Amino acid sequence: MSAMAFPPWAVWLMLLGLAAFAGMIALSIRRNRGIRRTLFAFPYGLWIVVFTLIPLLLIGYYAFTDRSGAFTLDNFRTFWDSNFEMRKQMLDMGFDPADLGIARGNVNMDTLIYSLWMAFLCTLICLAMGYPAALFMADRNFKLGSTLVVLFIIPMWMNFLLRTIAWMSLLEDNGLINTLLGALGLPRMQLMYNSRAVLLGMVYNYLPFMVFPIYNALSKQDPKLSEAAMDLGANAALTFFKVTLPLSLPGVISGITMVFMPSVTTFFIPRVLGGGNTEMFGDLIERTFLSADNWNLGSALSLIMMVLILLSLTTLRKFDPEGEGGTMI
Amino acid sequence: MQERPRLINLENISKEYDGVRVLSDINLYIRKNEFVTLLGPSGCGKTTTLRIIGGFERATTGRVLFDGQDITDLPPYKRKVNTVFQKYALFPHLNVYENIAFGLKVAKRPRDEIRRKVEKMLALVNLRSYGKRSVESLSGGQQQRIAIARALVNEPEVLLLDEPLGALDLKLRQEMQLELKRMQQMLGITFIYVTHDQEEALTMSDIIVVMKDGYIQQIGTPKDVYDEPKSAFVANFIGQSNIIRGEMVHDCLVNFCGADFPCVDKGFGSNAPVDVLIRPEDLQIVPEDEGRLKGIVRSVLFKGVHYEMIIDSGAMRFKVHSTVMQPEGSTVGLDVIPFNIHIMKPMPKEETQFEEATQSEEETA
Repeated sequence: MSAMAFPPWAVWLMLLGLAAFAGMIALSIRRNRGIRRTLFAFPYGLWIVVFTLIPLLLIGYYAFTDRSGAFTLDNFRTFWDSNFEMRKQMLDMGFDPADLGIARGNVNMDTLIYSLWMAFLCTLICLAMGYPAALFMADRNFKLGSTLVVLFIIPMWMNFLLRTIAWMSLLEDNGLINTLLGALGLPRMQLMYNSRAVLLGMVYNYLPFMVFPIYNALSKQDPKLSEAAMDLGANAALTFFKVTLPLSLPGVISGITMVFMPSVTTFFIPRVLGGGNTEMFGDLIERTFLSADNWNLGSALSLIMMVLILLSLTTLRKFDPEGEGGTMI
Repeated sequence: MQERPRLINLENISKEYDGVRVLSDINLYIRKNEFVTLLGPSGCGKTTTLRIIGGFERATTGRVLFDGQDITDLPPYKRKVNTVFQKYALFPHLNVYENIAFGLKVAKRPRDEIRRKVEKMLALVNLRSYGKRSVESLSGGQQQRIAIARALVNEPEVLLLDEPLGALDLKLRQEMQLELKRMQQMLGITFIYVTHDQEEALTMSDIIVVMKDGYIQQIGTPKDVYDEPKSAFVANFIGQSNIIRGEMVHDCLVNFCGADFPCVDKGFGSNAPVDVLIRPEDLQIVPEDEGRLKGIVRSVLFKGVHYEMIIDSGAMRFKVHSTVMQPEGSTVGLDVIPFNIHIMKPMPKEETQFEEATQSEEETA
């Protein structure tokens, strides 16, 4: 940890941020000739400066420096080639790494691609399951709709870790499902420690985030609009595809955003349900920071993650004319 | 009115929501090319009736016939009617052109036919160059026209209009009333129009159906329902009126407020209790000693075309409309010619009380 101490300027930066914040407050008080309304924004403003802006700058700083604090792009090279450090050392010692059979290491890249793929699958499954559920709950003729909404929320009151661990007792070799299968005389199945189990855990955890934005968009929709479509000759299917679905797209995009973002950065679930067999980018970052104690590489990985999320959200936003889903950015 | 074929027949329609009855015994026929208005206060069942015709609600009992065929169980998209919704219900994700073209596209009409018809409709509603605009950028009046164009482009046999002018300001509303009437006559389509605005109903309709509490109160031409209301409710809802408890002395002579008045109504029997209806504009103000009644002017309101005065005869406070103002506190005579006295069967007490409520409603409107 000693090498990872905060650079002295970070302390100055924090003080500077606080000073700038105080200046902003003073300015806004002078401009508004009052303190009352601005006052309520202080705690959050302070929070943003201390816990978001400055950490962000620190991540940027660490990502572009080495352990000694000198500027370098090596962290990003390591992301591309996980053997970069090793190969560099070998070159320094006068060996050609190719001769020693040390090629480009693609662990980091593969983990990223695997994470994106898993997040994509998770989002797709959540959408396929969530949209019909939301449609069902938003149906005005269905009187139990609001009850169902509450049922959907209740699991979210339980801790995320607890919910994930609970799946273990279902899926493990001596878990509920396998015991049941055994009792029925069926062969036991390997349910845990693979990508499917991880995906299951992800879908289970993120499904509500897909359902609710869509449910909101659908239940806000004026029922007169689908009546108008029917009135103009569209049957139920045409009404859905020409009116209900296009008008719910902002909700869908919001849902995709809400599921995709945490999915890509998922950690813990792969470790619990995937065992050591599946590592996702979130776990990699965590491991790099905490186990490998490499804040510089960890920061670079985080930065890459952030840029990727930002890019995908901006792309999504292009498909969202209302700008409702884009509020997550 | 000449005999036109009956296009829509409602037979013994009733409707219940969760055991609450909102429509009872609706029997109504609508002829081809008629402009029929369902008129009544909110909650009277007029919109429900319209929605049953449109196919959005199913009647609990009864049948809907269209051109002789039972369409009671037909979904909206199979009915030859189109609706102009109360708040237009334009599709916000489509532009003006696409909104109007919606019905034709669903019917899979050829592209050039769609183009031709939509352009024609845009011209009809005076929005020729608005095709590419988003519907949300339009004013209420323009959205209204688009809603009408979107319905009419499908060439329905019947157009249902659910308080289509409710959201517009007075001036625009009056313009649109004339325009709707013009379109209806030009296109030769049956209009079924729902409104709570009696003036709108009188201006546009061929037939007015007055409804209250889920029942039809009266069906007739605007002149019928205005001049010969069948009940105190109709009399009060359509225009303003003075309703006085009276007694039919014998045919063509009625007694109220302690005086005998000749009238033109017969067949109520002798010495029978009746309700007497006199429109405010039918009461004549005459010199103090020349009227059959005498009263003190309690209040005077200027209403533009006329003054509205409350004249207290002791037994009754009459509402009187006149272009000549009488000073407050002065005593005047009141008279009314036989033709302007309308006799109705007496109504239960609470029905005549309705007067106050409707009047204050009209004043705020």
